[in-house]
Amino acid sequence: MELYNSGIIEALDLMDSGEVSPEELLDAVFQRINSVEDKVKAFVTVTKDRAYEMLDEAKGERGALRCIPLAIKDNICIRGIPTTCSSRILKNFIPPYESTVTKRLKEEGYLLVGKTNLDEFAMGSSTENSGFHTTRNPWATDRVPGGSSGGSTAAVAAGECLAALGSDTGGSIRQPAAFCGVVGLKPTYGRVSRFGLVAFASSLDQIGPITKNVADAALLLGIISGHDPSDSTSAPLHVKDYTALLSEGIRDIKVGIPKEYFIEGLDPEVESAVKDSIRHLGSLGCSVKEISLPHTGYAVATYYILATSEASSNLARYDGVKYGFRAESKDLLEMYRETRAQGFGAEVKRRIMLGTYALSAGYYEAFYRKAQQVRTLIKEDFDNAFREVDIIITPTTPTTAFRIGEKISDPLQMYLNDIFTISVNLAGLPAISIPCGFDSKGLPIGLQLIGRAFDEESILKVAHQYEQSTEWYKRRPPL
Amino acid sequence: MNYEAVIGLEIHAQLLTETKIFCGCSTRFGSEPNTQTCPVCIGMPGVLPVLNRRVVEFAIKTGLAMNCRISSYSRFARKNYFYPDLPKGYQISQYELPICEKGYIDITVDGTTRRVGITRIHMEEDAGKNIHEKDCSLVDLNRAGVPLLEIVTEPDIRSPQEASAFMKKLRAILRYLRVCDGNMEQGSLRCDANVSIRPEGSDELGTKTEIKNINSFRFVEKALDYEIKRQIRVIRDGGEIVQETRLWNSETGKTESMRSKEEAHDYRYFPEPDLVPLEIKREMVEEIKAALPELPDEKKARFVRDYKLPEYDAEILTEERSIAEWFEEAVRLGARPKEVSNWMLTEIMRYLNETGKEIEEIDLRPPQLVELLELIKGGTISRNIAKTILPEMISTGRSAEEIVREKGLVQISDTSELEALVDEILSKNQKEAQRYREGETKLLGFFVGQVMKATKGKANPKIVNEILRKKLS
Repeated sequence: MELYNSGIIEALDLMDSGEVSPEELLDAVFQRINSVEDKVKAFVTVTKDRAYEMLDEAKGERGALRCIPLAIKDNICIRGIPTTCSSRILKNFIPPYESTVTKRLKEEGYLLVGKTNLDEFAMGSSTENSGFHTTRNPWATDRVPGGSSGGSTAAVAAGECLAALGSDTGGSIRQPAAFCGVVGLKPTYGRVSRFGLVAFASSLDQIGPITKNVADAALLLGIISGHDPSDSTSAPLHVKDYTALLSEGIRDIKVGIPKEYFIEGLDPEVESAVKDSIRHLGSLGCSVKEISLPHTGYAVATYYILATSEASSNLARYDGVKYGFRAESKDLLEMYRETRAQGFGAEVKRRIMLGTYALSAGYYEAFYRKAQQVRTLIKEDFDNAFREVDIIITPTTPTTAFRIGEKISDPLQMYLNDIFTISVNLAGLPAISIPCGFDSKGLPIGLQLIGRAFDEESILKVAHQYEQSTEWYKRRPPL
Repeated sequence: MNYEAVIGLEIHAQLLTETKIFCGCSTRFGSEPNTQTCPVCIGMPGVLPVLNRRVVEFAIKTGLAMNCRISSYSRFARKNYFYPDLPKGYQISQYELPICEKGYIDITVDGTTRRVGITRIHMEEDAGKNIHEKDCSLVDLNRAGVPLLEIVTEPDIRSPQEASAFMKKLRAILRYLRVCDGNMEQGSLRCDANVSIRPEGSDELGTKTEIKNINSFRFVEKALDYEIKRQIRVIRDGGEIVQETRLWNSETGKTESMRSKEEAHDYRYFPEPDLVPLEIKREMVEEIKAALPELPDEKKARFVRDYKLPEYDAEILTEERSIAEWFEEAVRLGARPKEVSNWMLTEIMRYLNETGKEIEEIDLRPPQLVELLELIKGGTISRNIAKTILPEMISTGRSAEEIVREKGLVQISDTSELEALVDEILSKNQKEAQRYREGETKLLGFFVGQVMKATKGKANPKIVNEILRKKLS
């Protein structure tokens, strides 16, 4: 196996046994970037100098991520490194502070390979909304990698890093993980500190790992999780040793299959792969039953009101006054208008307008408040379901990766791509997407496992044991 | 037709916390621009607010002192608008669920006490400051994130005098609680007023205007007086009041139209998702309640009752907690309450007013005043001498005895010495002595004056009087 294709735990073993030195590993990753990045375009910034500096510091240290090269989505702030959110408006922004997650990774000795591409401000499902360039799916470079964490999932799939961090507001880790054939975990809302994550929709955003296997995801989750005094919404709860729990028995796990997720528009090849996977889980000893999440049909609409409302406010700070891009102008109003007109892309503007409208006097009750009420109903659906089952399994996406340009002119079609992932964010639950097959075009298919709030361990151990009893996760794209 | 005014106030009080409401930056006033800032209070991408516990305590304290109900569950909300001094493009404030609701403050105007309802008190962050130069505008964000309380009254106020009395009482309470320094000129206490008029006896509310920029206590009455008269004039001329925001201009003494209702902002309030709802435990409220200081009204009543002070004295002495405490310390040291009050209300207050200092900033402490009063009582110095040395005591902090000794101001009470002096003066002023004896007794003062002049004020006036009367009869 090529060194660049190894996961975190494999690489740690190789380095610990002395078979591979940290330099060799890092060199292999940058050689891989050199040879494939032109085709994949996963990164906004490659931080080679920083990576080797960090290597000097981390060498000989005993952190859990000693000398492991990782990529970080470019909406997570790292001190002294540009953080652009793939937006022209933040093109020159270099944060003077460090996100809590990267601070924790650094304490464990990780090496920063680069900052990965995303849909501008994490708004999109294909990275086509990036203000800089579109990332390609390593499995078929005429297709999208998914989004918004498409840069991170493509980098992991292509071997340009051992693993990565992404962020997930409505599916932005899981959907691209499914499209790129990697593992993507969205933790419970509040499990991981958001400090340093540039906000899209504060009540939905959550940072999570994107990895080559479930055990690596468990390892990274353990590191980045836990209460952070700088984030009031982070939960003051004990974080378990997820790695140690992976091999616990799953025979008494009850799996629920929501009937509302097997609908028209679900690609038959995806459906059949997911159904095979469910049968496979049955053979591993899980009991399976059909459940109902009756308000599923309202999730997309609810999400697009709440997420855009919060976004319209979160993005107000990009006004040209303090940092980032400022347009030439003759007065204040023109400065605001031109800075934002030139600095933001079309999708971001669309969402700011949607959200501004939903919060406006006279519309608030009908849109924002109503959406909050529906959000409660959606959450209650899950509460009810979790009285009967321990985890819920669904397809991650209705289709496999689509072609670049195929949906970009039809926002609604694009939004429907998140139909299976969005409810999870509204309910604040943890969910993981793992590879569960390939379609006839050779494109990866993702299986989504949803858990109870703060019960990441159940979905991790089922995912791990499923993964280890299949071969899907071992396939690498033919780059 | 006679009109009555209906006034409601919206007050912003800057809290005296060490640090800002959502970050650890200092709240100190007057530093170099943008030196008291951090990524949180300048609204950088990805940073998050963390609520300062002291702000919550101050809000609860204030709410309790103003007889409010303290909400066990309250929320922060975002108020969205664009302005360069508002770094996030929204202000974190409270909207639907404020921390305090339904309180009141009693005010007294011309002997009549009225109750003014407090609709709500909520916590929020201050904005920064725009500074306009000749060819550019600059932004100073030192003030951005400084904690504020917004206090909103019911439309219960009926006259500019009541509004002024309300503001004074509110300021006194805030200062008693040590939550706000109450300085309107420096902007740490700000007052906006909603004003409308209606025919006397009517229950309906007229169209209101909002008056902003009332930036001094002096202007509360003036601005409202102007606005009420303006509204009456408009109505009498057959016009209609336009709902609008008006700016008080202290130079012209007028209010001027700033923006109409149509131009008003839509703030698009919604719950702040970066902060969890605030749950306040009963025990916390009880603890704060138990630690509340005695408030102005209670203190005044006690001063009248226990120290037998006139209402007037008690009112003034209790306007400031530090002054009341100064007074009580002096009384505790054995001085007569009315005597202490007299000196405080005259010489000491005059000095404070002239210098703009707080009583705790001057070097004169209660024991020194008491010592001075002892010197008078013991006959060492006269009341007049005391008056002349008090300013020096206040400004230098030196003791009365020291000054008296150094300047040789000890009172001359030696009868034989004074008799000799009186004899001398009478012989020099024989004409006047004659006139006195013929009944022009008001000339006694003239002779006392001569004696005082000769002794540089040190003669014991009581003894001088006795001697003069005896010698002139």
